[in-house]
Amino acid sequence: MSSQTSLAGAPTVAELLIWPALIAYGEAALAYAGELRGPGLAGRLGTWGVRVGWLAQSALLIAQAIDTEGFPWGTWAGALNLFVWLVVGAYLIWGCRPRYRLLGLAVMPLAVVLLVAAWAGGGTGAAARDEPGALLAIHVGLMLAGFAGLTLAAGMAALYLWQERRLKRRDSRLFRLRVPPLDSLDRLSARTTLVSLGVLTAGIAVGLTSFRRGDFDAAMVVTLGIWAATAIGLVLRRETGLRGRRFAVLLVTLLGLVAVVLPLTHFAS
Amino acid sequence: MKLALVGVSHHQAPVELRERVAVDVAGAAALARSLANGCEAVVLSTCNRTELYLASEHDAPLDERGAEALIELAGDQGGALASVVYRLGDDSAALHLFRVAAGLDSLIPGEGEILGQVRDAFDTGFPGPLLDRLFRQALHAGRRARVETAIGESPASVPAAAAALAQQVFDELGGRNVLLVGAGKMSELTARNLRSRGATITAVANRTLEHGENLARQLGARAIGLDALACELGDADIVVSSTSAREFVLDAAAASASLRARRGRAILFVDLAVPRDIDPALAGIDGCFVYDIDDLEAVVEASLDSRRVEAVRAERIVALEAERFREWHASLVVVPAITSLHARAEEIRSTELAKAEGRLGRLQEADRKLVEAVTSQIVAKLLHLPTVRLKEAAAAADGVVYADVVRHLFGLGEDEQQS
Repeated sequence: MSSQTSLAGAPTVAELLIWPALIAYGEAALAYAGELRGPGLAGRLGTWGVRVGWLAQSALLIAQAIDTEGFPWGTWAGALNLFVWLVVGAYLIWGCRPRYRLLGLAVMPLAVVLLVAAWAGGGTGAAARDEPGALLAIHVGLMLAGFAGLTLAAGMAALYLWQERRLKRRDSRLFRLRVPPLDSLDRLSARTTLVSLGVLTAGIAVGLTSFRRGDFDAAMVVTLGIWAATAIGLVLRRETGLRGRRFAVLLVTLLGLVAVVLPLTHFAS
Repeated sequence: MKLALVGVSHHQAPVELRERVAVDVAGAAALARSLANGCEAVVLSTCNRTELYLASEHDAPLDERGAEALIELAGDQGGALASVVYRLGDDSAALHLFRVAAGLDSLIPGEGEILGQVRDAFDTGFPGPLLDRLFRQALHAGRRARVETAIGESPASVPAAAAALAQQVFDELGGRNVLLVGAGKMSELTARNLRSRGATITAVANRTLEHGENLARQLGARAIGLDALACELGDADIVVSSTSAREFVLDAAAASASLRARRGRAILFVDLAVPRDIDPALAGIDGCFVYDIDDLEAVVEASLDSRRVEAVRAERIVALEAERFREWHASLVVVPAITSLHARAEEIRSTELAKAEGRLGRLQEADRKLVEAVTSQIVAKLLHLPTVRLKEAAAAADGVVYADVVRHLFGLGEDEQQS
């Protein structure tokens, strides 16, 4: 039986699944804020919120795929929905470890805001789309996965800058919170950036196969700019020792570019 | 079964008395062996306490036996020791051990060593069913307290704070280079703490090269003069300084060139000296973290405050585990009655089946097995609820009464009495 109900106007399964996902993500965001008071139950509740929310969102994406003819995440709102799922999925890899729980404080509120935006833009329900072709679907998937990785790397970089500031200021309550060591955050954010750049490169390469003259727009320019800046940052890290604070600032700046410029150029084009 | 605890600890006994009864792991094992004559015995001995845990099925005066052993161990101080010996029994003794394992009875709440010491005591002791359960559950309670609260996470001494800070910057300290400036006691302690966590002491810089060489030899490092200090900064990850110099040993002007050449690679300066050895202006350089003795003491103070807060949460966990142990311990009262009840029911079932053997003999083998299974299931289902209720009654301290009622109603043990 299809998840589309036969009653006119009745919500689809996909439209219903957004709520458990949103509630669980919201609970996780609040619980991680509670973790700031000290490690314990709040952090564990936060991790469970992420797990439950991610499973609910996975079910939502599956329901969307079943209900929709063609590629359901071709719109900006649909893409945002998929992007949130990828970001939270990548966070889950580390987020389950107690020391990385506070990273959830950077990731989960963002996930909630973006998922609400996706829902408001109609990206979480079923919608009939034109058949986009497998290559375009792979291109969109890879680009979103690449940006999701960069977002997570920037989240780690933000955590690095925060923790470095606490260390520089010689905060006597430094050990009250479980935060990963600076060196781990630096290495992990660099690795995540490297993997994301690989995925982004693959996405761009797939996109180029179906590229036609006249398709070039501002969003592509910004995307290529971000790709180039990321690649240069990694090369500088390897060759000139751009690491620690300076690398973290670069990643956070890149995320700022992604967050501000990409939507602007997308809607402008 | 009875449980008794006899001990002395830092709460009542001064070190002069505690040292009289302190024993090493081998001594604890020998003492436990000598006490385990007809009972279970485990001896826990640390620098803060010596405690004897004894258990027996019989109403033996366990605490007397334990107290005599401790007083004998104290020799001519036996009289003084007798006045500070504490004795606890059953639930109180269990709760005490759980608090000890969780680090709640320690001088510094949540200190890390005690859990291993409890494990050693258990491994070298002579536990039976009661002490085996007690110590396993105590170790579980101790682990839970450390995992579910932050009681053991923050450093509780200046050397430990320095090492924890280093781990907060570098994660694992294996492969990290430590440069020691000055050969003072505090810097040596800090260096040893760092080394125990995997760091390598590469060089000891001292004004008097001879003093530096002695310490360097002990730590497997090179001895250098203070004039070579700036050159060493390129390879060092952690610098621990504690000299009696009146001026900065490492000032920003002299060190900044070496530090900038590190291109942001992190370096931690731990300045334990008063007056300070390291120019605080170095903290302005990218990747440099400078901590002086006041900063470290503030970290320790905040840690102890945090540990006290976490101790309240750990107490709840310990109380929960102690309650679980109490329920299990109380259920031991009804175990013989439950065993007898099940044996009696099985005896009736077997007897009745044997009586019907003449008619059952005509059945196929499969049908006979079915009859066996059905009758066993009936017995099991009939006895399930009484068994559960008996255990609940035992947990609520009515176990003895209920066990007597069951024995009376089902005539358990009457045959033995008649014979």
